[in-house]
Amino acid sequence: MKKSVRKPILAVGPFHPLQEEMEFFQLTIDGEIVTDIDVRISYNHRGIEKLSETLQFDQVPFLVSRVCGICSASHPLAYVQAVEEIVGVTPPDRALYVRVIINELERIHSHLLWVGLAGHFIGYDTVFMWAWKYREPVLDLLEKITGNRNNYGNVKVGGCREDIPNEIIPTLLKELDFLGKKMDMLTKAVLDDPILHARLKGVGVLSKEDAIAYAVTGPTARGSGIAIDVRRDEPYAAYGDLDWNVISQPEGDVFAKAVVRLLEISEAIKMAKEAIKKLPDGPVAVDVKEIPPGEGCGHAEAPRGETFHYVRSDGGNRPVRHKIRAPSYVNVPSFRASCIGQHIADVTITLAAVDPCYSCTERMAVMDSRSNVILDYESLLRLSREKTAKIKKEIGAPELKLEDL
Amino acid sequence: MNQEELDNRLAEISDKLIDTQRISDRRVFLLCESENSFAVNKFLFQDLALRFIIATGIDSDSCFEVLYHYSNDETGCIVTVKAFIRDRENPSIESITPILPAAEWIEREMRDILGIDFINHPNLRRLILSDDWPEGVYPLRKEVKK
Repeated sequence: MKKSVRKPILAVGPFHPLQEEMEFFQLTIDGEIVTDIDVRISYNHRGIEKLSETLQFDQVPFLVSRVCGICSASHPLAYVQAVEEIVGVTPPDRALYVRVIINELERIHSHLLWVGLAGHFIGYDTVFMWAWKYREPVLDLLEKITGNRNNYGNVKVGGCREDIPNEIIPTLLKELDFLGKKMDMLTKAVLDDPILHARLKGVGVLSKEDAIAYAVTGPTARGSGIAIDVRRDEPYAAYGDLDWNVISQPEGDVFAKAVVRLLEISEAIKMAKEAIKKLPDGPVAVDVKEIPPGEGCGHAEAPRGETFHYVRSDGGNRPVRHKIRAPSYVNVPSFRASCIGQHIADVTITLAAVDPCYSCTERMAVMDSRSNVILDYESLLRLSREKTAKIKKEIGAPELKLEDL
Repeated sequence: MNQEELDNRLAEISDKLIDTQRISDRRVFLLCESENSFAVNKFLFQDLALRFIIATGIDSDSCFEVLYHYSNDETGCIVTVKAFIRDRENPSIESITPILPAAEWIEREMRDILGIDFINHPNLRRLILSDDWPEGVYPLRKEVKK
């Protein structure tokens, strides 16, 4: 007779007030080691693909900018590129540059958000304070350009809705220069830190083979040695005219993904500055009257990876099918490859490493049927922080408290 | 693999296709019947090593369409396999998840929203719909009101 074994399950999720989507990770554990992972999503399914079929082509960008609170520039961009492919229209040069500037600012603030959260979750609040401090002026710049800190609502089929006024260009360049200096300091401080090396290297490794099998994109792929980037592979907007590098690291661990994101911030600042300096004169939109029947694919490199939109038109004024694939949809299932075999104390940062909207870790509980041990979210966070503290002690790093800053 | 090599390799599977639509250098559509979809997908992923992007399920009145989008990252070319499922009563197609783990979620999603059965899928549980959603109601089908 088959003997039934009750395995301890670690429930991670599903709800947390900080995240825009809920995810539920069910980890099967053997002592401290994760042996299996099951992911449940769709607690926040809003039926956007169905909703999109009820809207007119020019209304859809406002809907898809609300797919994600952070990627509110790249989703509408991928959508309008798909529709522009159906129409066969190319927006004016100035619009292409404006799109680059907004998308790169979005990448800077999104990556800074990740760096801060990653620091916070391993008990490194200094990094959190720094990263979020420098993220704030980026949101202010976006507000100056588009009127909103998020949900910019600035792209439309055929160009952009709003131009960047020439008067604010000196301010933009000045702010970006300042940010560039601060980022150099932050990047150096983080990457030279022996504690972070000890804490993040070799943790949550996603091998190149697994990365290909799970078809991951963005920094998750680039951290595993797959140098793909839509901005270079199929240049859209004005990316083909700019001088920049695709950052990739071969290791596949959390540290590699952190390196990729930090260096990408510097590249993004460089690109945004170049685009602002080269900003051509002229209109920012062409008139598009009718959308002919046809189908189009549009993709854009969002901060987390490739955002893909497929649009089909029957010649009417609404899309008959609009498929949206956000990057986390392929990045999150790769947890099966990166979490299994890890320590529980490393799971939070491994899940964080792909930058899903991951704060769902708030409601964690370990239920061990044998020992009746219940570990809640706080204790798991404590475990993660204790490991960092232990490494700090071993290395002999000075104890730095937030109050000292 | 540059564009010319890609075109040549794609010609190898032309016997499994109804038609090849080459809209531009960067957009290629391969049309096939659902029976051949597994073989075509396997060829694209394993032999040509294209990157799987996502699949799109469409209710297009007379049939169901499943579109598998792939990217050849060297040239930025998107290759889409368009598989037609003619049986509207019991739509089914062979799952590609056994060879391509990245397709697990999207096939579960298409099952949820369009009611397409993916044969040989290792884990065809609900993904998108909530547990109390009624069986047999597929929200992305045309007959469901917007």
